[in-house]
Amino acid sequence: MSAARKVAVLKGGGSLERTVSLRSGARVQQALSRLGHEVIAIDAGPELVAEMHDCRPDAAFVALHGRDGEDGTVQGLLELVGVPYTGSGPAACMRCTDKALAKYLMSEAGIPTPQFTAIKESAIKELGVGAALGDIERTLGFPLVVKPASQGSALGVKFARSSDELPAAIVGALSYDRKVVIEQYVKGRDLAVSVLDADGDDDAPIALPVVEAIPREEEFYNYESRYEIGMTTFVCPAELPEDTGARARELALHTYKLLGCHGVARVDLMLDAASGELSVLETNVGPGLTETSLLPLAADAAGIGFDELVERILASAFTR
Amino acid sequence: MERSTSAGGGGRRTRPAAHELARYEGLFAARTQGMKSSAMREMMALTERPDVISLAGGLPDTSTFAPELYAKLMAQVAGETARALQYGPTEGMAATVGCIVEVMAREGTRVDPADVVVTTGGQQVIDLACKTLIDPGDVIVAEAPTYPGAIPTFSAYQAEVEQIEIDADGMPIDALESTLDRLQADGRRPKFIYTIPNFQNPGGVTMSLARRRRLIEVARERELLVLEDNPYGLLRYEGEPLPTLYSLDAEAVGRGGASDLVIYLGTFSKILSPGLRLGWAVAPRPVVEKLNLGKQGADLCSSPVTQMFVAAYFAEPGIEGHPPGPAWIEYVERLKQLYRRRRDVMLEALEEHFGGRASWTRPQGGLFIWATLDGGVDTTDLLARAEGVAFVPGRAAYMDGRRGSSSMRLNFAGVPDEDIREGIRRIGRIMSGDTGLLGTLTGSPPERSGATEQQLPVEDGTPLADVVALPRRDAESSRSARRRRDR
Repeated sequence: MSAARKVAVLKGGGSLERTVSLRSGARVQQALSRLGHEVIAIDAGPELVAEMHDCRPDAAFVALHGRDGEDGTVQGLLELVGVPYTGSGPAACMRCTDKALAKYLMSEAGIPTPQFTAIKESAIKELGVGAALGDIERTLGFPLVVKPASQGSALGVKFARSSDELPAAIVGALSYDRKVVIEQYVKGRDLAVSVLDADGDDDAPIALPVVEAIPREEEFYNYESRYEIGMTTFVCPAELPEDTGARARELALHTYKLLGCHGVARVDLMLDAASGELSVLETNVGPGLTETSLLPLAADAAGIGFDELVERILASAFTR
Repeated sequence: MERSTSAGGGGRRTRPAAHELARYEGLFAARTQGMKSSAMREMMALTERPDVISLAGGLPDTSTFAPELYAKLMAQVAGETARALQYGPTEGMAATVGCIVEVMAREGTRVDPADVVVTTGGQQVIDLACKTLIDPGDVIVAEAPTYPGAIPTFSAYQAEVEQIEIDADGMPIDALESTLDRLQADGRRPKFIYTIPNFQNPGGVTMSLARRRRLIEVARERELLVLEDNPYGLLRYEGEPLPTLYSLDAEAVGRGGASDLVIYLGTFSKILSPGLRLGWAVAPRPVVEKLNLGKQGADLCSSPVTQMFVAAYFAEPGIEGHPPGPAWIEYVERLKQLYRRRRDVMLEALEEHFGGRASWTRPQGGLFIWATLDGGVDTTDLLARAEGVAFVPGRAAYMDGRRGSSSMRLNFAGVPDEDIREGIRRIGRIMSGDTGLLGTLTGSPPERSGATEQQLPVEDGTPLADVVALPRRDAESSRSARRRRDR
């Protein structure tokens, strides 16, 4: 175990994933206490900066999910007040949280990602995007998935089977963000690879075993249920051909480095049922740490217990 | 972003990969698989902030209860401290049961005190009914939409719920019969029919007398139990009170006896206080016995402190009238006046801000209005866009969490007039933003948004703001929407 430190655990906040974050945070607190650290729990709110000034922790453990906690906002503030913190820096957070930006970057770097386009609300109002719906149909085809560009949870993820359904799907998704990503739907297996910075000074990150999410009911058209807790079971390590698993982990590592992640991240991928090809959907810089979250599950499969996982993530605050 | 593994455990998990997770999975009951936490509920949790005008809860307005009276009654309870602090009988204290008989009589329903179980809120009646009647896979027939708070209970007992779409007169009994026929053909028999006949939650509609009679006939023909959930029966603001299903069934039984198929659910929550956590069941004797056994296992007894509070309250004389009636009836009358006005305020606000792009129910009592938006707008999305106002998205009232997506439940009873107006105005403004956007996207701007643009600008905050459809709201709402999404 490393030296005992004073660690502020940032949790809660005002995002749509507040409840999950409170659970992640509580669990991290317990682990940090067991590891002998001094723990200060902070519900990220208007007092956040003042509390950082007051308690002057050695590090902040960012257990926030979603808006502000995962999009670089809190990270920027922590840099401003000079508190070392876990996980990715502001720029990487922004690159990952903005799914459109991440997908453009991946496309440029040759990382496979489903074909897509991104639309901003202002473009609908001011640039006549309505006339481009036909182009979307022509270039992407149906079915399509419409996602709020920066919303992390299942909320607002829409499915459009045909051109009739597309406008309402776009407007619905725009309730959660002012930009949406419209992406080709890939029918296949839903995989997640968590990446963790290596132990020690060697900073080459490692990819943890692949987790597969299996919808309980094979319901092609109910895309939302894939994200619904209780509607999906998870298998880790995923039962994949060896080369597919290796390729998934390689893609995850490539993506992690491309987007400049630090400490820990989870990369979500699809394995196309028809072509057998893998593609990367998105990267999450604030993966959940609850009893039922994917990152602890994958770490466990790799022989890394929860306390060790927390200690390693904490170490990322001091290796930036 | 968080994605979670299920709490339930799945057949395809072949390796206990995460020993910690597996440890819990092995311990959880199979029924927890049905206990879903949905993203929508996460979002609802977020609206529980003081700066949000909440039209979401099922709250009565407890600020109307005089603190002096509360203190006086509690002092009376303190006069019998030892008894108040002791356990009580499982079925409830006799004095409290007497109050329940009084409330029921006020609803025109005669009950034998021996058929009453005092419960910890009306919610416990739903739980106990499921506990004593439902095996996994048993069928409950409910209304669509139904009380959102019943859904987690039904799910926890692994019931299969058949929901029957209601109309202005409540549950259509022909639809009920065809559902029952279909179930029978499939070899499935429902255990009970769950209905909220008065000012339905969330639908706001009331089951007609003809349907009530027919429902009882059907239940009798098929020997089915009916769970009659009636929290708001006394909160009627207009129209003639209708007999309870319990009394109609008792009438059908004859012999001046009790109903033998209806489990009646009542509560003090809406006519007095939900904080007391006191409700009751009136049920056929064999069912009462099972409910009592179930209750023993659940909580031994409901709080004697609050039961004695209720008994003291019901003994309290009123101050109005010559001679004055009981205080509790005066209070119910005051609540009725207050809530009637608030209902009217909300109906007016809906006309003003939802007019032409939604339909809504006009409840004769109770707490809720059910509004359904035109054009397939998803109210869960609307809630995400809404800042400073909350409502219950319609999906919450459906077992599958998918139907009802264009509807919302609005509580008019819990907040003051000005908050009702402002809350509805805010929702209307967000709707304008949405429909405007959709119109622009599809190249067919809705008539309404076109029309509003031609009106004269009026500053918000002027007296006109509440009576005129404001032309600037579209622009303003999109600005504030942008601002919001920047956060």
